[in-house]
Amino acid sequence: MTASTAPPSSAPLLAIRGLSKAFLGVQALDGVDFTLRHGEIHALLGENGAGKSTLIKTLTGVYQRDGGTVALEGREIAPRGVEEAQRLHIGTVYQEVNLLPNLSVAENLFLGRQPMRWGLVDRGAMRRRARAILMPYGLSIDVTAPLGRFSVATQQIIAIARAVDMSAKVLILDEPTASLDAQEVAVLFKVMRTLRSRGIGIVFVTHFLDQVYEVCDRITVLRNGRLVGERRTAELPRLDLVAMMLGRELEAAAHRIDLGPAELDSRPPLASFKAFGKSRSVEPFDLDIRPGEVVALAGLLGSGRTETVRLVFGMDRADQGEATVDGRKVRLKGPRDAVRLGFGFCPEDRKKEGIVGELSVRENIILALQARQGWLKPIPRRRQEEIADRFIRLLDIRTPDAERPIQLLSGGNQQKALLARWLATEPRLLILDEPTRGIDVGAHAEIIRLIERLCADGMALLVVSSELEEIVAYSRRVVVLRDRRHVAELRGGEVSVERIVAAIASESKSGEVRQ
Amino acid sequence: MTLSAPGPSRNLPQYGALIAVLLANWLLFPDFFAIRLQDGRLFGSLIDVLNRGAPVALLAIGMTMVIATRGVDLSVGAVMAISGAVAATMTGAGWGLPAVLAASLAAGLLCGLWNGLLVAVLRIQPIIATLILMVAGRGIAQLVTEGQIVTFTSPALAFIGGGSFLTVPMPVVITIALLAVTALLVRATALGLMIEAVGVNRLSSAGAGVNTPVVLVAVYVWCGLCAAVAGLIVTADIRGADANNAGLWLELDAILAVVVGGTSLLGGRFGLVLSVVGALIIQAMNTGILLSGFKPEFNLIVKAGVLLVVLLLQSPTLTLFLPRPKGARPMGTVKPPVAPTSGGAKP
Repeated sequence: MTASTAPPSSAPLLAIRGLSKAFLGVQALDGVDFTLRHGEIHALLGENGAGKSTLIKTLTGVYQRDGGTVALEGREIAPRGVEEAQRLHIGTVYQEVNLLPNLSVAENLFLGRQPMRWGLVDRGAMRRRARAILMPYGLSIDVTAPLGRFSVATQQIIAIARAVDMSAKVLILDEPTASLDAQEVAVLFKVMRTLRSRGIGIVFVTHFLDQVYEVCDRITVLRNGRLVGERRTAELPRLDLVAMMLGRELEAAAHRIDLGPAELDSRPPLASFKAFGKSRSVEPFDLDIRPGEVVALAGLLGSGRTETVRLVFGMDRADQGEATVDGRKVRLKGPRDAVRLGFGFCPEDRKKEGIVGELSVRENIILALQARQGWLKPIPRRRQEEIADRFIRLLDIRTPDAERPIQLLSGGNQQKALLARWLATEPRLLILDEPTRGIDVGAHAEIIRLIERLCADGMALLVVSSELEEIVAYSRRVVVLRDRRHVAELRGGEVSVERIVAAIASESKSGEVRQ
Repeated sequence: MTLSAPGPSRNLPQYGALIAVLLANWLLFPDFFAIRLQDGRLFGSLIDVLNRGAPVALLAIGMTMVIATRGVDLSVGAVMAISGAVAATMTGAGWGLPAVLAASLAAGLLCGLWNGLLVAVLRIQPIIATLILMVAGRGIAQLVTEGQIVTFTSPALAFIGGGSFLTVPMPVVITIALLAVTALLVRATALGLMIEAVGVNRLSSAGAGVNTPVVLVAVYVWCGLCAAVAGLIVTADIRGADANNAGLWLELDAILAVVVGGTSLLGGRFGLVLSVVGALIIQAMNTGILLSGFKPEFNLIVKAGVLLVVLLLQSPTLTLFLPRPKGARPMGTVKPPVAPTSGGAKP
C-alpha cells in the first residue's frame, strides 16, 4: 500500500523544463525549470504573483501548460486534472483541506476507492485499513468520527496520508502550515521527514522562512513567473534568500519606533473599554487605546485575540462592560456603529469577511467610505477613481487597473486593497487581524512600514499577530492573552519576544490583569 | 455607471434573442410590425407585446434587485392579487381613484416590508420567507374580495389598464416610468453598489459598515411596490379582481425574465433594462405562438426551448467553445502584465 521506494535510477523524480503558462496575456510562468529529487523536501518560494500556485496547478493539470515538459522519473507526463495527477503518483494537499468534513475519517481516506465486498462498501475493512494507514503518522484517532471534528493540522495529516496511500511519489504541500500553531507544525514536520526517508519527494510552498530553514533541503525561488535560482538550503544565507525573492536588498530588520512611554501615557485615551466582554467568547477585559500608539494582542491561536478585536469593532456584540470614545460612552452594536466612530477593521479571513469578490478594486476601496456617507450621497465616479488610483499607487497594489474584480488579485494585493478601504475613511482606530498572514516578504515589509507611518500621523492601531518579532518591531504596548483572558500587559522597554513568550507560558492560576 | 451590465458583448444574447424572436414572429405573421393609430392610441402586434408584457416587466424590475441580493421573491404573484383585490373592492365601495391607488400600493409596500423583515431580521432563507406570503397572499386577497370576483365600472381606474398617454398604452407608459424611477433610485445613488455588495458578500458588506438589513428590506419593499403596480394594471385591464387567478405563476415568469436578462441567482451585478428585455422576450414568444396558429399546447415547449438557448448563450462554459473573432479577448479590460518589480511608489 505504501509508496514504492525510489528505483535506483539516474533520472530525477520530477523534472520540469521550460514550463510556460499565460493568462489573458499575462505571462504567469515563463520557461521555468524545477527539479525534485527522491527523498528531498524542496521549498518553492516567491512573492505573491511569482508563479508558485500557477506552477503547482499547471503541474497537476488544473491548468493546461502552454509550453515545456514535465517528466516523472524520466517519463513524460501531462495530467489533465488533479485526479489524473494522483494516478500518476503526484499528490497535492492544499492549505484549505480539500476533503469532506461531514464524512468520517475512514470514508475520506477511501473516498472513491472504498474497499468493496459483494458490491457493498466493506466498512469493517475500511476502518481497519484506515487505522493502519494513520498509525505511522502517530495518529490513533477514532476513524469513524467526522473529519470536521479534528483540528486543521490533523485533517492535513489525514489528507497527506490519503495522498501517500494512493502511492504518491511526489507530494505537493501548498502552504500547509498557514493555519497551524507551533506544536502542530512540529508534528507535520515530523511526518514530512518520515516521508522523505521513504524516498518521497516533497514540494513545500510556504511564506514562513523559519520553516524553510528548519525542514527543507533545497530551495527554488521564482519571481514574476521566472526562475531566479535553485540552491541548497545549507548554502543560502537568509538575507540572500530574501534578496533572491525580492530582487533587491532589504534592510536587515524593521527598527523600533521610539515614542516615550511617558508622553504616550499622558495622552487621553481615544477609546477605552471597561470590563468589556462576551460570555463563551472572551472574558471581560479593560483596554485603553491612545492616539498614535500601536497596541498588539499576542497569544496562541484560540487565546481570545481575534475575539477581542471582533468585540471592539462590534462584529460580535459584547454582552457586558462599556466602551467610551473621547470620554463619552458609546453604543457598539455592530460594525456600522464602529465605522461611525472612526474605527476600521481588516479581518483575519479576508475572503469570507473582507473582500467583496465580484466587485472591482475601485468599488471595494470606496465601499466603507460610501457606507459611512450613506446611500443618498453617492461618491461621484471621478472621485471614486481618484481615491482608488491614489491608493493603488500609494500601497503599490498590483492590478492592471482599478476595474478588475478584486477576487482576481493575489492575496497580498487583496489585503492591501482592504487596507486602502479603511485608509480612505481616514480612521482614528484601525484594527488589523493578522495583517501579514499569507503575504509575501515584500508586501510584508511594506505593510509594516505603513503601520509605522500611520501611527506617526496620530492614528491608533490595534493589531493581532502571531509573529512575535513583528509585534516587537512596531508595538508600544502588548496585551498578552491566554485561555480567552487578558493575562498581562507589556509596555515600552518591557516589550520583547522573550517577555511575551514568558507571559504566554506563565502558569499563574490567579490570572490577574496588569493595568 | 451603466443601467445594464457592462460591455456590449455580454448583452448580445438578450438583444439578439429579442430580435430573433421578433423576426420569427414577422416571418410567421407578415403584419407583425404593422402599427396603426386608432382613436388616439397605437395598435398592432408589436404594441401588444409591449402592453401584455408590462406586468411581467414590472415584476422583473423589482425581482432584479431582490435577486441581486442573492434572494428571490416568490410572493409577487400573490401580491398582485392582493393589490388588485384592494383596488377593485374599494372602487366598488365608492372610493375615489387617489385613495384606491394609495391603498393598493400601500398593500404592496406592506407585503414587501413583511418579506424584507423575514429575510433581513429573522434571517429566514428568501425562498422560504416569500413562500409564506405566496401561499397566504391569495388567501388574504380572497378575504378582501370575500371570495367573489369583484368587478367595477370606474373609468378612471380602467384607464390605467386600457387608456393611453400620447398614443402609448398606459401599461407601457407606467412600466417605462417605473423603470426610469428605479434606475435613478439605484444608479444615481449608492444603493446599486450596496445591493450588489450585499449580494456578493453579506458579511464583508456588513463589516465595511453597509447597513445590510436596511438594504435587504428596501429591495423587498420595492419589489412589493412593483408587484402592486402590476396588480393594478391587470385589475384595471379586466375591470375586476380575481383573487384566485390574478398574477398566477407570474412570479416564475418574472424570475425567468431576470435570469434571461443575465442577472445571476447567486447575486451581485444586475441589469434592470436587461431584465425588462428578458420579460419582452417571453411575451414576444407568447404572442408569436398565439399568432402562428400553433396549438397552444406547443406554447410552453417552444418557450422552454428558446429560453434554454438564451441561457446557454450566456453560459461562460459554453462561450469557451464558440468561435471568437480573431484577436478578441474574453475580457476587454486586460492590459499587458505589470512591469516586473518596478518597486512602485515606495515611501
